[in-house]
Amino acid sequence: MIPELGLFALILALCVSIVQGIVPIAGAQLGYRSWIAIARPAAQAQFVFVALAFGCLVYTFVVNDFSVRYVAMQSNSLLPMMYRISAVWGGHEGSMLLWVLILGVWSIAVSVFSKNLPDDMVARVLGVMGLISVGFYLFVLLTSNPFDRLLPPAIDGRDLNPLLQDPGLIIHPPMLYMGYVGFSVAFAFAIAALLSGRLDAAWARWSRPWTTVAWLFLTLGIGLGSWWAYYELGWGGWWFWDPVENASFMPWLMGTALIHSLAVTEKRGSFKNWTVLLAIFTFSLSLLGTFLVRSGVLTSVHAFATDPERGAFILMLLVLTIGISLTLFAWRAPKVGLGGRFNLISRESALLTNNVLLIVACAAVLLGTLYPLLLDSLDMGKISVGPPYFDAVFLPLMAPAVFLMAVGPIARWKLASVPDIVVRLRWAAVVSLVMGLLTPILMGEWGAVRSLGFTMAFWVMCSVFLMLRERAMKSNASGNVFSKIISQPNSFLGMCMAHFGVAVFIIGVTMVSSYEIEKDMRMDVGDSTELGGYQFTFEGVTQVKGPNYNADRGQIVVKKDGVVETVLLPEKRIYTVQTMPMTEAAIDTGFLRDLYVSLGEPVSNGAWSVRIYYKPFVDWIWGGTFIMALGGLLAVTDRRYRLVSRIARKIKADNKSGAEEVSAKGAATQES
Amino acid sequence: MVRFSIPLVIFIVLAGFLYAGLSLKPREVPSPFINKSAPDFQLQKLDNMNELFSNKELLGKVWLLNVWASWCVACRQEHPLLVNMARNGTVPIYGLNYKDVPTQARRWLEEHGNPYALSIVDYEGKVGIDYGVYGVPETFIIDREGMIRHKVIGPLTRTELRKCVLPVIEVLEKSEPVNVVALSEVRESCSS
Repeated sequence: MIPELGLFALILALCVSIVQGIVPIAGAQLGYRSWIAIARPAAQAQFVFVALAFGCLVYTFVVNDFSVRYVAMQSNSLLPMMYRISAVWGGHEGSMLLWVLILGVWSIAVSVFSKNLPDDMVARVLGVMGLISVGFYLFVLLTSNPFDRLLPPAIDGRDLNPLLQDPGLIIHPPMLYMGYVGFSVAFAFAIAALLSGRLDAAWARWSRPWTTVAWLFLTLGIGLGSWWAYYELGWGGWWFWDPVENASFMPWLMGTALIHSLAVTEKRGSFKNWTVLLAIFTFSLSLLGTFLVRSGVLTSVHAFATDPERGAFILMLLVLTIGISLTLFAWRAPKVGLGGRFNLISRESALLTNNVLLIVACAAVLLGTLYPLLLDSLDMGKISVGPPYFDAVFLPLMAPAVFLMAVGPIARWKLASVPDIVVRLRWAAVVSLVMGLLTPILMGEWGAVRSLGFTMAFWVMCSVFLMLRERAMKSNASGNVFSKIISQPNSFLGMCMAHFGVAVFIIGVTMVSSYEIEKDMRMDVGDSTELGGYQFTFEGVTQVKGPNYNADRGQIVVKKDGVVETVLLPEKRIYTVQTMPMTEAAIDTGFLRDLYVSLGEPVSNGAWSVRIYYKPFVDWIWGGTFIMALGGLLAVTDRRYRLVSRIARKIKADNKSGAEEVSAKGAATQES
Repeated sequence: MVRFSIPLVIFIVLAGFLYAGLSLKPREVPSPFINKSAPDFQLQKLDNMNELFSNKELLGKVWLLNVWASWCVACRQEHPLLVNMARNGTVPIYGLNYKDVPTQARRWLEEHGNPYALSIVDYEGKVGIDYGVYGVPETFIIDREGMIRHKVIGPLTRTELRKCVLPVIEVLEKSEPVNVVALSEVRESCSS
């Protein structure tokens, strides 16, 4: 009964989204106020129905209803409760339901946090989001219904893929989808602006916080995914240039370009067409990612069970969404004015150059991901493009981008002078060059690429400190340096923090790729080995029984200078239902290093092959991405957005009846 | 107007490719080698580089040739299946260690388990070219007369094993000379 209720709720959500997609847009174009007013309640009703549907699916997982085919495929009665819930999005059907749920979350968020926007703008934005919803509801209902019954019911489920039975995987997909789907808001704003012809600084200001929030979720999602791959796949690597990883990385690159381009459009009114195009591209790449992962055109470790029929459906959605929006762009963009002029040496130029670099990098990833497919369709054979291609292409593109990251925020808008920039950045240049040369020497081994890496990281860090210092010295705020810095606008501090995060990330990557030590060895009980200043003693393997697996658990005591640091317990698990062996690495996480131990195969009586890694600064990789995301969060809390919204709300309220004023004030108090 | 249509045009071309991609099966390549003799090779053994091994020694046996490498991510996915097969003794599996560093390859086997009756070292990838290897992993099924009878591109999956690989092996093992009709029936039913 509950699954049928869920299905029914989903059908109702589709019906509401059809209304949401058509009536408000038509109303905005024709000027019917009552039609425009439908946008917000429709988005909210749609969310209620899709949340109900999702709740029903969660319930069927919780009560182990194996008469539902999807539950029988993904879950098992022995599966712990938290994985039963995360199993909801462990397969294709459920993860698509999560996709539409999150689209619902973003829609209701727009409907609630848009009190300061003109109503016709909100109507268009929510209308576009409604149209996207229609497409995806149809996709779920017609090709991937998670509520399909299984007759006769299965006695027990096939269990969740053991790789996915992990805390990191509980939150990774929701985060990632919040990012992917969140770009639909920026997209909807862009389309709304093209439809209304109001492509101006106000539009950029409205869509900026939404884009930043989507970007920060995507950043977190990718970071979590990389972290999961690091500790769960047992390979010790953190990025593999796998097509599915690329599918999430491409919108990130494009979204990063979009954020910076929006800043220019808001501040200077330039790059309007370019920004709109980026907004369209960013969401298009999110859709393309969905297509690549689920259609079976590419093979990947992460790919979902694929089905050409679904692929054709998503491709149709893709063609409709992107095709229509690009047509709209081709039609409307020529009428958009050029905005403020700027000089060759200016902040605009620096940002534009970085934009181009990010987009070329994104195109390179796209080419690498699709190249096998392109050659294949041209009948030119089948090949696979591996990490060597991506590594070779990526570094030369990112090095100048990172260089400009420091120059852009220092340069003046419109017209900057090279001598001025040089003078202001001279200390950053000196410090970063010296540190870049010295750090590898201090670490014990010099190399050109690692030296470049450190130079870049220190270059960005120094420039961030210089910017903060300059601002603090100019500030009129009272108090010490710290309070002067705190008094700066949050958007500026957020930018500093995000850039700082990039520097932290670069240090992590450079350190790990240059100074990682690994050792593979056969260890008898009692054997010891030394690595990175630590002593590892193997104390044998015991049998352990988990809820749905049996494991061999190794015990390795780690000592430093004779003092026990930690005891590591790597496991080799066999999950009983799928009889799939899994390596659970044991990791001792530290600020400056990770100790990573994974168990190989039993060699002979009591002896095992053991792999030990010493990974310096590896957590800085994810720490850096986390700091970047935090920077995004700081930026969206900027007073500017709240101040503007309060003023706008006041003006709007003054023009309206008293009753509406009360409700607007109510919302304002809620927000603060 | 024309200038602003460029993104649209690029997208249409891309969509065309994606559409073509849908009807392709990246994992099934009509190999010109199917039903031809497996190309001869003579290569060093991975566990004893002083000894050579030739495919001629396997005449009279049905065997699998699995192309693998320690750098290959997808190999890790199919590896448990191979280990399982080896444990059951279904069919001898020979590994072609493709463009890999032997020390790393040996370590990899130690960590993940060694399903191979024997692995041979194709350091320069020349034998890989002879066999038309597109990507790693790939798996060839070779019959008693040394003919390639089936080929799987990309990691083996449980379904593929059940629907294709094991039935093909069964036909090859049971019929001598090879029952070509039964074989092509099996291969057709599993590729659909």
